Amino acid sequence: MRIEPVFTKPKHRKGTALRVAVIGGLGLLLFAALFFRLWSLQVVTGDKYLAEANDNRTREITVRAPRGSILDRDGNVLVDNRTSMALELDPLQIQFNPIDRRKRFKAIADVLDRDIGWVQRQYREELKTNPPGSPITLMRDVEDDVVYYLQENQSSYPEVQINRVFVRRYPEGFRAAHLLGSVGEVTAEDLEDPAGQGLEPGDGLGKAGIEQTYDETLRGDNGLTRIQVDSLGRIKGELQSEIPEPGDSLRLTIDPDVQAAGEAALSSIGLPGAFVTMDVNNGEVLGMASNPTFDPSIFTRPLSQQQVDALWNEDQGAPMFNRAIGGAYPVGSVYKPITAIAGLDAGLITPSTVIQDNGLIEISDQIFTNAGSEPHGPVDLRRAMEVSSDVYFYLLGADMNGTSKLQFWSRQFGIGETTGIDLPGESGGLLPTPAWRNDLFAKGETDRPWAVGDNVQLAIGQGDLQADPLQMAVAYAALGNGGSIVKPHTALRSEDAAGRVVEEYQPEINRTIEIDPVVRETIMAGLNDAAQAPDGTSYGVFGGFPIPVAGKTGTAERPPNGDQSWYVVLAPYPNPKIVTAVTVEEGGFGADTAAPIALQVLSAYFNREAVAVSGGGNVE
Amino acid sequence: MESSRIPRHRPGHYLPKVGLLERAGLRDMDGWMAFSALGLLICSIYTLSQTSAEVVAGAPEYFPQRQAVYGLVGIVAMIAIARIDYSRFRELRVGIYTFLCASILTIFAFGVTSRGSTQSLDLPFFSFQPAELGKLLLILSLAGFVIDGARRGSEAQRSLRYLALGLAPTGMVLLQDLGTSLVYGAITIAIMVAAGVRWQHLAVIGVGLSTFIAIALVLMPMAGAPVLKEYQQERLTSFLSPTSDIGGAGYQQNQAKVAAGSGGTTGRGNQATQSRLGFVPERHTDFIFAVVAERYGFAGAALVLSLFALLFWRALRLMTLSKNFYGTLVAAGIASAIMFQVFVNVGMNLGIMPITGIPLPLMSYGGSAVIATFLMIGVLQSIHIESRAGQRGPWSQ
Repeated sequence: MRIEPVFTKPKHRKGTALRVAVIGGLGLLLFAALFFRLWSLQVVTGDKYLAEANDNRTREITVRAPRGSILDRDGNVLVDNRTSMALELDPLQIQFNPIDRRKRFKAIADVLDRDIGWVQRQYREELKTNPPGSPITLMRDVEDDVVYYLQENQSSYPEVQINRVFVRRYPEGFRAAHLLGSVGEVTAEDLEDPAGQGLEPGDGLGKAGIEQTYDETLRGDNGLTRIQVDSLGRIKGELQSEIPEPGDSLRLTIDPDVQAAGEAALSSIGLPGAFVTMDVNNGEVLGMASNPTFDPSIFTRPLSQQQVDALWNEDQGAPMFNRAIGGAYPVGSVYKPITAIAGLDAGLITPSTVIQDNGLIEISDQIFTNAGSEPHGPVDLRRAMEVSSDVYFYLLGADMNGTSKLQFWSRQFGIGETTGIDLPGESGGLLPTPAWRNDLFAKGETDRPWAVGDNVQLAIGQGDLQADPLQMAVAYAALGNGGSIVKPHTALRSEDAAGRVVEEYQPEINRTIEIDPVVRETIMAGLNDAAQAPDGTSYGVFGGFPIPVAGKTGTAERPPNGDQSWYVVLAPYPNPKIVTAVTVEEGGFGADTAAPIALQVLSAYFNREAVAVSGGGNVE
Repeated sequence: MESSRIPRHRPGHYLPKVGLLERAGLRDMDGWMAFSALGLLICSIYTLSQTSAEVVAGAPEYFPQRQAVYGLVGIVAMIAIARIDYSRFRELRVGIYTFLCASILTIFAFGVTSRGSTQSLDLPFFSFQPAELGKLLLILSLAGFVIDGARRGSEAQRSLRYLALGLAPTGMVLLQDLGTSLVYGAITIAIMVAAGVRWQHLAVIGVGLSTFIAIALVLMPMAGAPVLKEYQQERLTSFLSPTSDIGGAGYQQNQAKVAAGSGGTTGRGNQATQSRLGFVPERHTDFIFAVVAERYGFAGAALVLSLFALLFWRALRLMTLSKNFYGTLVAAGIASAIMFQVFVNVGMNLGIMPITGIPLPLMSYGGSAVIATFLMIGVLQSIHIESRAGQRGPWSQ
């Protein structure tokens, strides 16, 4: 038999049960809160956190696409890429606390053998221009031993990442620097621009020249590597990746021989100037250069504001300035063919009209003289071209004042408007008209209204007229091809990495103007005489040139500077294929500096053609 | 069930058959309580064994092995203390209280700093945190003082005395570690509630504490004398606005929350990238619950929480079973201490409480905390054993 124990209930104070209930109730409440939170976190919103966790562990690394190369007409490389190791800071890993950050920067500075001030300066400079969140490039072209050291000690430098980046390489040095332009890192403004769609922070973007115009062709598509990382950013594995697609190469219309000859001739003169050589029929630019020039590779390294300013400094000749498309100069006598066509259209003369040139002429109480007041005697149109009679054209200018014929034909030939070449930074120049000057006068920005003298000056390319070599080349090309105003272009076609053509750039014609064939032939004959007849203004330069050419000198007064030297030539005469326009600042008489440059360019072009015709052998 | 534990007299046997448990003096131990404590320890060792490979490179068994050793030491200590009549501690209250204060003070002289706070002494075999053991010491001595002074002074005086006795060590610990001092404060309040301090007094204390906190957190920093250390302040402000400091304390807590949430219903097992790849900070100590939640999901996390609930219930139950009022107070203190730590720690892991550096009892890796918690449970077992003994007959008292 079992004896049940006697249970003596412990004695408790009054109210203890309530106190137990309070503590127990509170405990129950807290446990209920935890269970509820756990359930809502895991069961209700678990999927969201699972996605966040998966997102957490993967990091996407942009694999930059190499930019396409730029080749000349023959396929010689003008620009391609080299790889460079860049030291970048991951903005997410950089310490927020300034004291800690200073410590980290000190460690990095020690590795790079620089002082901490340098690191902080670089960091601040980069922060100014970088889009937020983009890697901060501290140093480019990091040496190999530093790269190896940093990669081996990655965990000690969590904010440092070494990236292989593509940097532009210029195997030909200064060649075609103005044409090629430069590539820079995208800035925050670029990204906001609608044109910057598809760009990512850290990408390169064409900032000038062909690199800018054909940026989308050259750029390519970045690839993506997805890696699994731990909380310290250490790589734990690789996930699926997208391979970068390199940019297309661009084949230019530039003829290497013409380009080299033009650049060499320009720099041998040593004065600021420019030349353009263009196919008269399709507007392909065979050569273009501006002097002084610059080393395009300087833009592959960070530039200080001082260095950038120096490149645009007028006192140092503004090397970055492309005078071939941006120069604004009076053109002098090279303008005469336009005046002649306008005069013929106005019915003032015929090709056979003869004028007595006494070396000077008085028009409304003002004396206008030939160069050196030299009298040329009786001159017809052809003769006026050959000897460059100013008096002949002064008269035309005076007679056309008030008819706007001269301005009409100037516009027809493209004076005062941009040519539409595929390069940024083109200037339209200035075509003086009565309306323009009277408007300025009304505003008080000039001392006198339009006068007949203005038209007289315009007739010989003087006075307020401003144009650049490319505009003159286009105008002469129209003369040479019978009236087509071509749209100059520098890109021939784009090619993919395997060399297959992606896109052919078709020649374009802006408009066609009607030039009487007889008039055209007379002017061309006059220009041929000017270049290669004994009395011609540039006979001294082109007299012995084996190919018949039609060329016109120009000597423009450009106070307070010295005379602007010009030469524009069509070759071969009478059915020209190319036009070359040259100008030299303070170069004096057109035959002194500009024409010899044109001669070098034409020699290079026709030598090459001779080689091509003879099947690649040497011409003895 | 309970009555079956009482040995029956069988014909032919004059002496009751003495089992192993009985020989160890453990016949009357609370089985459910022991089950929950052992269960939690096993969960801890299992979780650590699954995750510590990533924490200590080259020594994948470092944490689980050491935790197992601490657990064994703790279990032995629990059994040893369970055999002592806890009422003895009431008599030793002055000594215990003096030892408590002295041990906390030694930290100021010899403490070792780790993780931004100075709480441990470097002993030959492991670093010891007196403040962990101090929780139990405070419970035992404060409850003793309550019983001892129950008839001295007015009610208000008594309330003030309890408060002063509790707040002295709380204040000292506050200078070392905010989280631990909060536990001390909770213990003090819990014992006062259980002791029957008038509700009005508790309300006044509540208002006073709120004022104090407001002064400490808002006015003093404004006057240029911050009470909290920089890292403590950072944790609190980052909890209030977690996105203000990505990479800092708020970021870590967010990572723990993401880890817990991503576990879903059944957990991610070895796909638990948040804890495996180190996004969860302190994943063997303060944030072990987030690891459990990610690896084993709601199932695992709820199991751990249920074990804590069981432990809490068994402790709470002793308040009414205890043979004397001292036992009631001690049980109230221990139950509240465990409850408070679980709520603050798990709440921190789940993003509903700020980061305070309170470990999860028996789960978080750490010798001092594990052993101290087993000692608490040992005292609870003693209360249980004594209450059983009292129920079995007048002669055994």
